[in-house]
Amino acid sequence: MTLFTLVWNYLKARPLNTAINIILLSLGIAVVTILLLFNTQLEQKITDNARGIDLVVGAKGSPLQLILCNIFHVDFPTGNINLKEAEKIARNRLVKRAIPMALGDSYQTYRIVGTSRDYADLYKGELAQGDWWDQPLDVTLGANVQSLTQLKIGDTFASSHGLTTTGDDHKDHLYKVKGVLKKNNTVLDNIILTAVESIWEVHEHADTTAHAHETRDSLAMPSRLVPSVAANDSVKEVTSLLLQYRSPMGAIQLPRIVNAQSSLQAASPAFETARLFSILGVGADIIMAFAYVLIVISGLSIFIALYNSLKERRYDMAIMRSMGATRTKLFVSVLLEGGLLTFMGSAIGLLLGHGVLMLLNALVEETQKAGIGGMVFYSQEWIILGGSLLLGLVCALIPAIQAYRTDISKVLASN
Amino acid sequence: MIQVSNLAFRYSPSVVLRFPDFSVARGQHFLLLGDSGSGKTTLLHLVGGLLRNYEGSVSVDKTELATLSETALDRFRGQKIGFVFQRNHLLSALSVEQNLMMSPYLAGLPIDSGRITDVLVTLGLADKRHSRVTTLSQGQAQRVAIARAVLNKPAIIFADEPTSALDDKNCDRVISLLLEAASQHESTLIIATHDQRLKSHLTQQIQLNAS
Repeated sequence: MTLFTLVWNYLKARPLNTAINIILLSLGIAVVTILLLFNTQLEQKITDNARGIDLVVGAKGSPLQLILCNIFHVDFPTGNINLKEAEKIARNRLVKRAIPMALGDSYQTYRIVGTSRDYADLYKGELAQGDWWDQPLDVTLGANVQSLTQLKIGDTFASSHGLTTTGDDHKDHLYKVKGVLKKNNTVLDNIILTAVESIWEVHEHADTTAHAHETRDSLAMPSRLVPSVAANDSVKEVTSLLLQYRSPMGAIQLPRIVNAQSSLQAASPAFETARLFSILGVGADIIMAFAYVLIVISGLSIFIALYNSLKERRYDMAIMRSMGATRTKLFVSVLLEGGLLTFMGSAIGLLLGHGVLMLLNALVEETQKAGIGGMVFYSQEWIILGGSLLLGLVCALIPAIQAYRTDISKVLASN
Repeated sequence: MIQVSNLAFRYSPSVVLRFPDFSVARGQHFLLLGDSGSGKTTLLHLVGGLLRNYEGSVSVDKTELATLSETALDRFRGQKIGFVFQRNHLLSALSVEQNLMMSPYLAGLPIDSGRITDVLVTLGLADKRHSRVTTLSQGQAQRVAIARAVLNKPAIIFADEPTSALDDKNCDRVISLLLEAASQHESTLIIATHDQRLKSHLTQQIQLNAS
């Protein structure tokens, strides 16, 4: 017999009451946990993916779209920019590194990205098997792409236009798998990497003469961005440029220089993602507020349950005192009851939160692509656990003081 | 064992209840008689250490109760005194056995499972050990209350109207069990009652008069 057994039996004696209190609290805690896990992972993913990219230069349009499309590969391209103009920006002395991006096609919803090796280096991509792309139409697959499409090295496939599977197929130009990347929890996992030239080749199929005419002029300077074509080539286009500044001065001058040109715009990933979060944040805040309301209500409900049951237990309390229980013991037993209730509620809530995210991860492909799962634990969960324990103690305090003050003689004498 | 002298209890500044002097030796059995309102329960609570702030002197087992701190009094009560109340008040959330275990647990004594078996057998409750107390009849519940009171082998057993809610058969049974349990451990037994049926069982009496 311990105080714990006593309290446990009291809780067991009122199963419905106990259950509703635990359920109320655990729902509130579960929502808070889900939001915590989801937001933290999403934010981490986004900052991870935008790291090292100071500015995205693309065609005029929505700057947010430019970021979503070129960094996170979730939106459609804004349009193309002339390679020659892009080159001018890339040559600026404030630019440390410029990476060309050619987007537009996909394979089974996985985007095909025409770029340079710098892009893979940016995310520290490493090969798991095979080789990097080399010739036009060679591709290197992201880890998730490989595991979900089951393409093997040496396999060929036709890309489709856009991001859907229903787009027109480019059947006359087949890509060939050269290698597969290691999973590294960045956007690389979910894209297919190839050379910029591949994209041109696939899309210029109507214009066969272009190829002949483009045999490289040995006298011309090769392009900084795509060495296979001459600098100042006025025909070729890319979707965007990812820039890294050489110095903080770049942050002040480059966006101005870019935006001064009529056909180009610059978007800062840091600024745009912050803007995105502030838009999404409103929704998250509302859900969070709702969760807090749930938690406060469950606290009230626990308070009422303890307060009422204590009225019924006045005799129990007096009897226990007559058997030698000290005031402190009764006080502690009521606190323990509140603490035990909230502990169970929050523990179940935390499990529920992780469970829901695991389920979401298993059922919804988008969360899988974003790499958001339930098997991650953050130190803030201790705060949730501690906070709800505190809530339990606070709710139990008044009933506990009542228990402490029980006038044994009066209670026993009043039949 | 118990010595009471010049005892008075002040309910409010103007209402004072005075009690006659008496002393009870170890192992003696007394009836505490008096009409309703004569202060039987109050006296029992005073001598049992449930009520403090009295005037005069109450000495139990050579200890003046007023000199004990609240915590020391709780401990003293748990280890030396067993109570049986009219409303047998068992802890309804617990089983019979758990109710009995509360007695040594709250008194800070080791829990002796063999002792619980002995007491249950003596009181004819062996088969009810794991029953929930809510399933017991009134007579059975009162016997569990007696079992709980005698479990720690207390020096004194106080019973407040233990039989008034029982029929003749159960009354006889409960009173003889109480006497038996008290004799077994040489406990002093004091029964506060206005139940005339008990006069044939106990001859020594303390009479209170309504003031």
